Amino acid sequence: MSEHLPLLPILLPLIGGLLLLLPPLASTLERQRFGALSIATLTLLSSILLLQQSAAEGIQLYVLGDWQPPYGIVLVADRLSTLLITLTSLLGLASLLYACAGDDRTGAYFYPLVLLQVMGINGAFLTGDIFNLFVFFEVLLIASYALLIHGGGKQKTQAGFHYVALNLVGSSLFLFALGILYGTLGTLNIADMSTKVAALSEGEKVLAKAGGLLLLAVFGLKAAMLPLHFWLTRTYASASAPVAALFAIMTKVGIYSIYRVHTVIFGANAGDLAFIAQPWIWPLALLTLLAGSIGALASPNLRELTANLVIVSVGTLLISVALQNEEATSAGLFYLVHSTLVCAALFMVADLISHQRGKAGDRFVMSRKVRQPILLGSMFLIAALAVAGIPPFSGFVGKVLLLQAAQNAAEMFWAWPGILLSSLVTIIALSRSGTTLFWRRSNDKSQADPASRWQVAAIVLLLLGAPLLVVLGGPITEYTAAAAQQLHQVPDSLHLLLPGGES
Amino acid sequence: MEAVYAACVGLLTFSGIFLCLRGRTFPVVLGLTLLSYAVNLFLFSSGRLKLEGAAILGTSFSYTDPLPQALVLTAIVIGFAMTAFIVILAMRARADLGNDHVDGRLPPQPAVKPRRKKEHA
Repeated sequence: MSEHLPLLPILLPLIGGLLLLLPPLASTLERQRFGALSIATLTLLSSILLLQQSAAEGIQLYVLGDWQPPYGIVLVADRLSTLLITLTSLLGLASLLYACAGDDRTGAYFYPLVLLQVMGINGAFLTGDIFNLFVFFEVLLIASYALLIHGGGKQKTQAGFHYVALNLVGSSLFLFALGILYGTLGTLNIADMSTKVAALSEGEKVLAKAGGLLLLAVFGLKAAMLPLHFWLTRTYASASAPVAALFAIMTKVGIYSIYRVHTVIFGANAGDLAFIAQPWIWPLALLTLLAGSIGALASPNLRELTANLVIVSVGTLLISVALQNEEATSAGLFYLVHSTLVCAALFMVADLISHQRGKAGDRFVMSRKVRQPILLGSMFLIAALAVAGIPPFSGFVGKVLLLQAAQNAAEMFWAWPGILLSSLVTIIALSRSGTTLFWRRSNDKSQADPASRWQVAAIVLLLLGAPLLVVLGGPITEYTAAAAQQLHQVPDSLHLLLPGGES
Repeated sequence: MEAVYAACVGLLTFSGIFLCLRGRTFPVVLGLTLLSYAVNLFLFSSGRLKLEGAAILGTSFSYTDPLPQALVLTAIVIGFAMTAFIVILAMRARADLGNDHVDGRLPPQPAVKPRRKKEHA
């Protein structure tokens, strides 16, 4: 059983999603809820087991059909990917919990779609070859297209068309890049590519560089890196709350792919092609931070503000990619976990606030007060403190670690003001929005229903991460440091990743 | 053969990108389709162009790389599904928003009566 463990985080949501389409489970909403929640819990359990196994026994290689790499398809469960699938499964569970309060009634097939999306994201994190990365990208994208317009409405179709068209162009570019890389390197296995890239001839190097940078553009589109981030605000703000919360991990799939491709393939061992993306990532990371901060200050409602905070967190993560050392990657992973959980929670809190304030929704205008000011206020406060990086919560630790990872004066000169100023802007934007939402109110009573237990449970599950990441800071930073080491020291694990030796 | 092939891929990509930048949904969908055709041809050529090469062992004297053919097959299937989805989405947008513009609203009409402006100036 344990040898098949790396497949379970992909297989469970796939089979579960298909079962939910069939009669015994599909017939009533209660059965669908029960089925979806139990499958999501099982997926989370298998991810945690896999995480423990890969931490204890090293990299787990799953060779599908026993076709040995570099020719066959492999799944690679190392520390980095298992951390991220655990995060995804947790997020999927929280999103399903939240949807049980009624968001699942607005359209058909909500649960199968969420499970298939979780499957796509888990697959993208686990796959060991770059063509399957493309395939899983498409799986998660087509589920996300359907989830985005789930429930219908003018706004969703409008945002949906942009999102789908942009991502289809992105997929075409991805395939162009794959074609170039396969034509020059002759392989699609990531570990195998990393051994071949240094030995290219002069003419092939130019092609491989073009392919590598094209991949950066594609991943930049998914991650919402600066010139490619315009789709994000509208898409996330128009999606329903559980979907937006699940989408919080989608930009991180792009960041993960940049880590994987530009640290493993085009990393320190790539000869002339080492760090080809770095001169691009540095300015784009800072500009992404700037754009996100300006957007956060200009947002008219809490959902758009949160979407802009996602862009800020992407900028911060890109700085960790640009720093390109082990400490920075380790700090980046810590920050990635924190920002995903907190941004997802903030999307859900925004939805609750918007329900309870009646007509004004979550716009920053004077309105009737919310039905449960203490509950929502404390949730908002915790999320806001965490996302801005104020001491008792996880954002503070993540940002401090990232600041420490800048090693020389030039890196500090660019990275520190970027991260610190964006935090300041985040504090300003969130305190302004919080005072308006909770304190500038008329005397009307709110007629809305109080938040359901499902919704509160989902938000608490996500927000628990903020204090827990600090309390368990020691083991978690040790884990991320080991994950970063595994990512940067590829040659050490080549004997595991390519058991047949180099082709 | 290579030159003709490359020119075809280039032309398809050019037309695809041009159409993607148009303002209405139908040309955009066509552009995405052309772009995916270009990608499929390009992927196919990444295993080098070769005439009369078989992909299965033991059937011929000269062989060609089978992997790009498998990749193209996957890309065609995925591209087909995505195109079907965006066609439906475009029709839905036409019904929901009342026009077929990609932004969901018609661009503002250019100002008429330029003569009057002159008089004011």
